[in-house]
Amino acid sequence: MNEKKMRQNKLQITIIFIVILLITYLSAAITNFNFLDSVLTIPEAIGWMVSNLMITSETLDRMPSIMDKLLETVFMSIAATTFAAVISLFLALLGSQTTKVNNFFSVLARFIASFSRNIPVVAWSLILLISFGQNSMTGFLALFVGTLGFLTRAFIESIDEANQSSVEALTATGATYFHIVNKAVIPQSLPQMLSWILFMVETNIRSATLVGILTGTGIGAMFDLYYKSMNYQVVALITITIVVTVILIELLSNQIRRVIL
Amino acid sequence: MESNQLTVPVLIKRKRNGRINIRSGNKVDIVIKSTIWILALLTVMAFFFFDYTGLQWERAITETAYNLKVMFLEPALSHFSFSEAIHQVGITLGLGFLATILGAIIAFFLALMAAENLSKPIVSKIVRMLVAYIRAVPTVLWVLIFAIAAGLGSEAAVLGMLFHSVAYLVKAFSESFEEVNPGIIEALRATGSSWWHIVIHGVVPSTFTYMLSWTFLRFEINFSVAVAMGAAAGAGGIGFELFMASGFYFDLREVGFITYAILAIAVVLEIMSTRLKNRYFSNSANA
Repeated sequence: MNEKKMRQNKLQITIIFIVILLITYLSAAITNFNFLDSVLTIPEAIGWMVSNLMITSETLDRMPSIMDKLLETVFMSIAATTFAAVISLFLALLGSQTTKVNNFFSVLARFIASFSRNIPVVAWSLILLISFGQNSMTGFLALFVGTLGFLTRAFIESIDEANQSSVEALTATGATYFHIVNKAVIPQSLPQMLSWILFMVETNIRSATLVGILTGTGIGAMFDLYYKSMNYQVVALITITIVVTVILIELLSNQIRRVIL
Repeated sequence: MESNQLTVPVLIKRKRNGRINIRSGNKVDIVIKSTIWILALLTVMAFFFFDYTGLQWERAITETAYNLKVMFLEPALSHFSFSEAIHQVGITLGLGFLATILGAIIAFFLALMAAENLSKPIVSKIVRMLVAYIRAVPTVLWVLIFAIAAGLGSEAAVLGMLFHSVAYLVKAFSESFEEVNPGIIEALRATGSSWWHIVIHGVVPSTFTYMLSWTFLRFEINFSVAVAMGAAAGAGGIGFELFMASGFYFDLREVGFITYAILAIAVVLEIMSTRLKNRYFSNSANA
């Protein structure tokens, strides 16, 4: 690196910093965000958490009903992920450059993925809530749509990354499209895809809480109920059960990932 | 350099006792298959656990189809003006940006502690465990918990969103710190420079672009998180308007308009971050 380039780099970094500072200032102004206030809130919030978020023995009585809702939420996110994964697989096969049938379907698949991914899960759940009402199906469908978009993109990437030589070899032997997909493309990208599916299960359990608050289903609704009635001991218990579940699932999927990747 | 050396990839897999594993790959196969079967089984089971109160399939599907048609084909604003809509989008972007940038600053220091080549093993382990714990609590719960202490508003939202941003960025930053050429660190250490000198002159210059790209990638995520927080935790911005339009006014045309606004921003952010990824991350993966 010569001196001129270094100086140029330095200038670039300075400009980036100034731009970031400017945007930060603008963001703080538009959102009425006060830096000092928020710094002062942190110790206050921590103090509040320590004094209020305590699990007492009487709240443990609510454990069965919490576990029930938690189970529903976990099942909801797993079901949404698997369903989305199956459909994403077809969309990804259509959308990927190596396995596409024709350009029209490729563009269509990518469009569907982009559309469902970029509208946040919140918007989907609010839209679905209007006609599906407060039940598990609403949460399931909202998670399903969001997962569909994400997994399709991830699957397209894993298919594109796969080694092309086996596809070429099979094409040379005169294998049909389904043979090629079945014997060359899927076996190669399956570990990567499974890793993405596991990632999505983890993410969905967290989003399911959010969706639950909005649609009144699962553990999210339970949290919302006790939060609004200011029963913070139960809120703490619910939070801890969620944390334990998420960490357990993460450990499990890390274990699986270590073997397959 | 590398092309001169003939490298023979090691394809023989050995067992722990040194014998050649002739059933290579079998364990992987079994794990993959059983994971898929378990997921399938759990999915089937899931439908027995669901709560179907008040669900009428036919009505729900036809109504949703009709609602989607109204939303996407006839978007309109009725409860606020166009400039107000832009202002609300700006608030959401602002919340996302503040959470990202503050998160990046905190994450930078935590990542220095988490990177194995720059810190003690025990410190690195503690920071990693802390981050795992933070990540396990959903963002919305953080925001709601802070809302009690700070009151509903941008402070609670930003502080709540900060946690996940920090967790995400600590992981990304510390990984890129660990990839810094050990020669640079060793050379600086040999000159007797202090730890801060190594960080400022060795680590930061070689990872700056990566950190910037990761921060931007997080900003993309934080935008949709900010929308969600607006709707679920009353943090304001376009998410709150979406919640009001669908939950209180039942104004589908307005929901449609807001959805389009969110979609537009999200697509722009996605295009930008895809470009960043292709520019900075694909090279490093192939190199």
